[in-house]
Amino acid sequence: MKSSALALREGVIAVAGGVGLVVLAFLWARSSVGQIDAPQYGPGWSFWLMLAAAVLFAWDLSRLAIRRAPRLAQVLVPVLGGLFALGLWEVLTRAFEVPEVILPAPSAIWGAILANLDLLRDDFIQTVLKGAVTGYVMGAAAAVLVAVLVDRVPFLRRGLLPVGNFVSALPIVGIAPIMVMWFGFDWQSKAAVVVVMVFFPVLVNMVAGLAAADRMQRDLMETWGATPTQRLRYLSLPAAMPFLFNGLKIAATLALIGAIVAENFGSPTLGMGFRISTAVGQLALPLVWAEIAVAALAGSVFYGLVSAAERRVTFWHPSQRGK
Amino acid sequence: MRNAGPVLAVLGLILALWYAGAVWLNAAWTYDQASRNGTEVTMALLLSDTMAQERPVLPPPHQVAGELWKGLTAWAPSSKKSLVYHGLVTLTATFWGFVFGTVLGCLMAVGIVRSRVIELGLMPWAVISQTIPVVALAPMIVVLSNTLGFGERIGVENQLVSKTIIAAYLSYFPVLVGMVKGLRAPDQMQLDLLKTYGASEIQTFRLLRLPSSMPYLFASLKVGIAASLVGAIVGELPTGAIEGLGARMLIGSQFGSPIIVWAALFAAAILAGVLVVVMAGVERLVLKKMGMAQ
Repeated sequence: MKSSALALREGVIAVAGGVGLVVLAFLWARSSVGQIDAPQYGPGWSFWLMLAAAVLFAWDLSRLAIRRAPRLAQVLVPVLGGLFALGLWEVLTRAFEVPEVILPAPSAIWGAILANLDLLRDDFIQTVLKGAVTGYVMGAAAAVLVAVLVDRVPFLRRGLLPVGNFVSALPIVGIAPIMVMWFGFDWQSKAAVVVVMVFFPVLVNMVAGLAAADRMQRDLMETWGATPTQRLRYLSLPAAMPFLFNGLKIAATLALIGAIVAENFGSPTLGMGFRISTAVGQLALPLVWAEIAVAALAGSVFYGLVSAAERRVTFWHPSQRGK
Repeated sequence: MRNAGPVLAVLGLILALWYAGAVWLNAAWTYDQASRNGTEVTMALLLSDTMAQERPVLPPPHQVAGELWKGLTAWAPSSKKSLVYHGLVTLTATFWGFVFGTVLGCLMAVGIVRSRVIELGLMPWAVISQTIPVVALAPMIVVLSNTLGFGERIGVENQLVSKTIIAAYLSYFPVLVGMVKGLRAPDQMQLDLLKTYGASEIQTFRLLRLPSSMPYLFASLKVGIAASLVGAIVGELPTGAIEGLGARMLIGSQFGSPIIVWAALFAAAILAGVLVVVMAGVERLVLKKMGMAQ
């Protein structure tokens, strides 16, 4: 009885909120607030009413989804939140007639993306594929190799962990100008910066991971007469995977930062960092935001790919089960 | 202290590798000079020359240390040549970024713990926000704070505003994650107890959730302040700053003098170390005061 009454109430609110929102949106579009209200007065009351309705509606819909369909809500609510933020951005920039120099509306940015597809693709290849990904792979591979070697010498391992942890917290991006001096303006110097930035977080995590197998498991390998290589292959490496991926995920976000920062110290007339700084100078703000959008997307996809790999490799780990 | 020996050994190893690298990388210049003068390069000359070049490819540690020492002590802290001065400029942005980032992170954490809608709607985007390379945003933030003139209105430089924003952007996330964990740390039994006492939500928050989140908060603050420093320095790089440690790196690279870059880099490293140590000290004090010290 109680739950059905609750469901009824939820349903009424959701439907009423939705209908109200649509009606208000319709009214707002018809009266086209942006034209009637001069910018110095800001948008009129119908605008704020609609905004309030939208907030309430989105909130209510989210609560409904969480209660009724918890699994669906995991996807629905974040998407709704993101769309809501985008919509708010669009509506506010239009309603207040924000100059493009300050903040372009999402639709203007989308237009810039479509208009500059070739440019964006070339910059993406230069910065992300050549600079960040190459450096990431080399740095991570080097870190794993060093970690495996260090693992054989417990003395070194004990020393390397605190030092590596400290170095990971340092502003390593500062080596960017040095790398540009050493390796020139093209992508090699960017990759070099990324190699150094990625190296320490991966190293520290991998070293900790290789030590993660517990005493009992090691003893078991011993009783089976496993060679050091076998022990590494069947015990230490698999046990280190959750740690390794932790490091790889941290490194994934650092890689793009390194590649873009390095472009500020000299680059060919290509690359996302270069494009952003020159386009800011030309006040071509929609293009700047288009580059930012690509960078954001690239960063998120990169992180997502590492997370997906983590799920496949460490499916047995408690943190991955039940996902 | 058990690890002091190994740590020193590793540091010694790094130093040795560095010296070897300096000889190796700077040798080209020595040979070049020698062939121009028509002299022979002896081992002794190679060693002494690679250690003391004007513009080495890789300055040996003692040159960097010398420049660092000169930068810290040779000029008054108010002089623009002093690394202390530049360090303070960066530290100011780091501090404000850290403060705003921490407050933002805590507020978001409270919202997330209080409401499932906020959690689901905000948390994935908070994660995504950290995968976005913030340096891509840096020039934009500079333009924004210059155009809006926000800094002038509150009486600080626009440069500081943009650096603070970037520093806050990098430092809020660790605080957010730590605080969410910390505010959820009390177990069901403790929550039930407060319920039987008839405690209100706010009382539960103040008496149970907040105190139990403190160890988590401080663990995050240590990460956050280091991240904030990185943000402040990154904020100086693409924005044409003329003051601050990041600006020193920029100037060093423009004038082609690596020693300045290295000295600034190490000044930043020392600053990071000091900040983390200070934070750890505050942590020990507060936890002791709250009766939670281990």
